Amino acid sequence: MSDVTQARRALTSRILEGSGEAPPSERRAAFDNSGLAAPLGALVDKVARRPYSVTDEDIAAASESGKSEDRVFEIVVCAAVGAATRQLDTALAALEAATRKE
Amino acid sequence: MRLRILESGHGFGTKLLFVLIRTASRQPVLDVIKLVMYRPDFYGRPMQAVTQDAMRGPSPWSVGDRELMAAFVAKANRCEFCTKAHLAVAQAAYRRDGGGSSNVSPDLESATIEEPLRATLLMLGKLTREHAVDADDMRVVLAAGASRQQIEDALAVCFSFNVIGRLADAFGFFVPGPKAFEAGAQYLLARGYR
Repeated sequence: MSDVTQARRALTSRILEGSGEAPPSERRAAFDNSGLAAPLGALVDKVARRPYSVTDEDIAAASESGKSEDRVFEIVVCAAVGAATRQLDTALAALEAATRKE
Repeated sequence: MRLRILESGHGFGTKLLFVLIRTASRQPVLDVIKLVMYRPDFYGRPMQAVTQDAMRGPSPWSVGDRELMAAFVAKANRCEFCTKAHLAVAQAAYRRDGGGSSNVSPDLESATIEEPLRATLLMLGKLTREHAVDADDMRVVLAAGASRQQIEDALAVCFSFNVIGRLADAFGFFVPGPKAFEAGAQYLLARGYR
């Protein structure tokens, strides 16, 4: 396994399984962009699919829904790493298919 | 930034470091630094290891090429902060190391870029915008002369900047003037992402 692959796994393991304010199940849901109720779910979906569209109001709504800023910080990080991981996995599978011996 | 903790929630030692950075560089501390220095055990340190390997680890791509990929991914994500930051590093790297485009730009229409890199950038742009590529997209890049290793290394760059760009947009990074990015570029060229 390359250094960068190992480093990515360490990052994912830390944010999903290490200590934090958000429960691990919430961090995993953010990583997967699946199963979180609004307003957190709406924020996570924007981070994953249209990050440029996140507004002050999205962050404020997540913070005001009873989540601490640290919890919102963790959830947004998990959403970003999850989205980038899905893109990477899709691309690596495409590369494998393109270079597979017939 | 949209979360107060990222603007001013750092410990005393980190705040002191920010004063030193402002004094030495005569520029504001970039928001990306504030982000990686906030609770660094959660995100900053493990992410810096990922980015250091992708951007400065052994690779057939030059540092300038990888910084141009970072700027290109950022542009595809419509992230102004990361586009300006990494275009500045790419320009500085090509000036330092040579071998790159003299009119480096994430605008492929106007830039002079060799074919393997151009095809790789186009694939990264599609992946970033559409969240997917297929085997045919990869065959185009391979046919343009990029090796499998080069594609894997480019995807590692793409991963890092698909994370960082999302955080820049979500947390609302302040976009400073060109002098601040130039100072940041000199730091990243000299020290890397550690």
